[in-house]
Amino acid sequence: MNSSVQPLLALDGVHTHIGPYHILHGVDLAVAKGGITMLLGRNGAGKTTTLRTVMGLWHASAGTIRFDGNDISEFATPDVARLDIAYVPENMGIFSDLTVRENLFLAARKGPLDAARLDWIFGFMPALKTFWLQRAGLLSGGQKQMLSIARAMVEPRRLLLVDEPSKGLAPAIIQNLIVAFGALRDEGVTILLVEQNFNFASKLGDTVAVMDNGRVVHAGTMAALVADPELQARLLGLSLDSHQ
Amino acid sequence: MSMSAAIAPAKVEDLPAAPRDWLPILLVPILILLALPLVGSFPTWATLTIAGLAMGLIIFLVASGLTLVFGLMDVMNFGHGIFVALGAFVGVTTISMLGGWTASSSFALNLAAIGCAGLAAAVVAGTVGIAFERVMVRPVYGLHLKQILVTMGGMIVAEQVILALWGPEARPMMRPASLQGSFIFGDVAIEKFRLLAVCLGLAIFAAMFLLLNRTKLGLLIRAGVQDREMVEALGYRVRFLFIGVFAAGSALAGLGGTMFGLYQELVTTAIGAQMMVLIFIVIIIGGLGSVGGCFVGALLVGLASNYIGFVAPKVNLFSSILLMVLILLWRPQGLFPVAKR
Amino acid sequence: MLNNMLSRDLPRSKLLAAILLIIIVGLLATPFVFPGARSLNVGAKIAVFIVLAASYDLMLGYTGIVSFAHTMFFGIGAYGIGIASTQMGPTWTAVAAGTLAALILSTVLALGISLFSLRVRAIFFAMITLAVAAAFMTMASQFSDWTGGEDGLNFKVPELISPAFSLSDEKFLGANLDGKLIAYYMVVLISGGLFLLMLRIVNSPFGRVLMAIRDNDFRSEAIGYRNVTYRSLSSVLAAVFATLAGVLYALWLRYNGPGTTLSFDIMIDVLLIVVIGGMGTLYGAVVGSTLFNIAQGYLQDLLKLAQGNIDSLPVIGALFHPDRWLFWLGLLFVLSVYFFPFGIVGKLRAGALAKTRRSA
Repeated sequence: MNSSVQPLLALDGVHTHIGPYHILHGVDLAVAKGGITMLLGRNGAGKTTTLRTVMGLWHASAGTIRFDGNDISEFATPDVARLDIAYVPENMGIFSDLTVRENLFLAARKGPLDAARLDWIFGFMPALKTFWLQRAGLLSGGQKQMLSIARAMVEPRRLLLVDEPSKGLAPAIIQNLIVAFGALRDEGVTILLVEQNFNFASKLGDTVAVMDNGRVVHAGTMAALVADPELQARLLGLSLDSHQ
Repeated sequence: MSMSAAIAPAKVEDLPAAPRDWLPILLVPILILLALPLVGSFPTWATLTIAGLAMGLIIFLVASGLTLVFGLMDVMNFGHGIFVALGAFVGVTTISMLGGWTASSSFALNLAAIGCAGLAAAVVAGTVGIAFERVMVRPVYGLHLKQILVTMGGMIVAEQVILALWGPEARPMMRPASLQGSFIFGDVAIEKFRLLAVCLGLAIFAAMFLLLNRTKLGLLIRAGVQDREMVEALGYRVRFLFIGVFAAGSALAGLGGTMFGLYQELVTTAIGAQMMVLIFIVIIIGGLGSVGGCFVGALLVGLASNYIGFVAPKVNLFSSILLMVLILLWRPQGLFPVAKR
Repeated sequence: MLNNMLSRDLPRSKLLAAILLIIIVGLLATPFVFPGARSLNVGAKIAVFIVLAASYDLMLGYTGIVSFAHTMFFGIGAYGIGIASTQMGPTWTAVAAGTLAALILSTVLALGISLFSLRVRAIFFAMITLAVAAAFMTMASQFSDWTGGEDGLNFKVPELISPAFSLSDEKFLGANLDGKLIAYYMVVLISGGLFLLMLRIVNSPFGRVLMAIRDNDFRSEAIGYRNVTYRSLSSVLAAVFATLAGVLYALWLRYNGPGTTLSFDIMIDVLLIVVIGGMGTLYGAVVGSTLFNIAQGYLQDLLKLAQGNIDSLPVIGALFHPDRWLFWLGLLFVLSVYFFPFGIVGKLRAGALAKTRRSA
């Protein structure tokens, strides 16, 4: 990571409490402009909480969150989103009573859906075109995940926060996701991706941060982590088991 | 991670055809048909059916806002009935001020009088609704116990204010001249006002249906009912949406109050508490948060209470409870459960 | 011994202890210090409402569920006595039969409502109890052959506690030594006993579980099986105590009607008493009931005074009308929920705690 350039997103000593539980214990994280940063770590390490805290869905009890140099720690969720930060939650957040079209229509906050951009999206996710006027609740899990990511793509965004997109998906679909995220990166979007699947993460990530017990315990390039099995074993333990 | 739980990509033919849930909607005609042999005489049955539809649609006006507010923000306003009472009293006052219009035999002037009364009731109730939301509801978001207590307390206080403004006596509420009496079709007598109530209720339901299905605002409300956080994460301020829905819901309750006053031809402060019971039954039957369910539930309750009120008047209110229990045994989350995430 | 009687749940505030003592002594001394039918009525009503409000607090304060059907159980108890006495005559057998029947009906109803609605969502329970209570009230006024409809029932009670019974023709300290006096002490002493019993319940392991569930619910609507069981038990217990309060009230008044025990107005009164007195502190029911029942008589007098001065202002003047006293109590209620969630008792205890800390 080039430290002379200001990071797009920077968390500095962020603590988050959820009710009586203290989840984040001072997260320091810098996400550079452009490229894909992978946020790894075992279950309960605080990855999801980190994304939700950035989105303002939970409020940091201490520390600062900066986006493009501006402090957004106190921002309400809609105001965070209006900075062109898109969020794909773990549960996908699909509006299941609405059609695929209506889901995307609501995601296009600034205006009507752009036909050319839709065609570009349909290139990665043809199912969305097929089921354009169907209720989103009827889609399969993988299709819902596609729709959720497509919502984050309908308008150009600056930062994408994606929570475990590969969870429960078949390998063929994961391949599609890799292509789609790659296309977004080429468009210049910065992506912060929470992942447990190291195989998937290692194919896509440029940089990586590893969390444990509510802190970031390692940050560096993905290439360095891939090249160092010992470090992997120490940091990720269980994740190696699914390395295929 | 394990791939055994992976979901295979669906092909086109795998996708089930959109299952429209017709069964609950069918309950309404089924109930109407079942009632015919029970009531015995066709003219009486027709009169009761129209009365039931009118009452059901008035209940729908009042209940729809409450169910949406609950769906959107998980707020149950136990003081909703106060907007009904307020609307009824504002309606009484407006109508009595427009004595010339109501006494006139011109249908247009009569209708204008009711329109003005309904509008005044809606505006006053909507405005008070915004204040109520700010003072009573906002400080206790997410705290269900306090929410119930505070909104109930708000109702006690507001009821006393209404008593102070309008006095404790029940007010007769005269229907305008050309809306008194009934149309006679052969043996069947149908009260003119009930017909008007049915038309108005259907018109508002249609407008609400279009708003919720055809406009961005409506889509946002529906999306918000399912997943408020995600709507915010897309950059929309659900708070404003909620205040709007709360105000609109209060305004509709006010309008419903005026209509219910005209329906009963009598207005008392108890009108709010009295209706609250029916409203709760209706939105529980419909499925908390569902406008469509609320519509069907309101019709069922309105019809059942008119039929049973005729066949066995002693168990009238009990019949609504029985209806609710039966429906919850069939569908524990109500007729149209709202898919939450 | 006192410690044991109060189940080690002491007032924990000198001022509160003093107030409670005054209330107890006052209730016991009323027949001799303030002779007259009116003060006896107020005293008996305070005693009965202490039981009624405390049993409501069992649910609201200790279990964290809101019911609007509490006066239904109060009414069932009162109607049990009323109907049994009119049908079977003024005997203790009738009292026993009426009480038993009422208790059975209340238990079945409370259990039914709880199992039906607590399973789903806590807010459901509040909505459904409201509907059930309303339906029950209509039923009570419809089946007038039994209940006397809107007019209610006047009935005779066993001779020992009826006004006609006389212990002595002499007056003692200005009080008639008659059945009414016996009835008064019966009501007050049984109420006291029931209150101590509830105090024992909330301080038992069962009570601790209830509070643990209340505190741990933490916005979760997914109520587990165990929680439903405990909450249902708590609502049944509350219903049983409310029924007994209704029994006492009917025996005292020798009358029962929808407006006396069943109506939603009484439900509101109980809500006000518990919240203003202090949720989750049974003593709040004592302080609240006393305050409320005295205020019902005297706040109105006070408002009459105030009204004389500001009658000229249109709306404000109307709000100071003695009949609008609920406006002020309602306001106090809302403010209590916002600012003193543990009511008067909570405030007194916090004051006492601060004092000990300062002096320590």
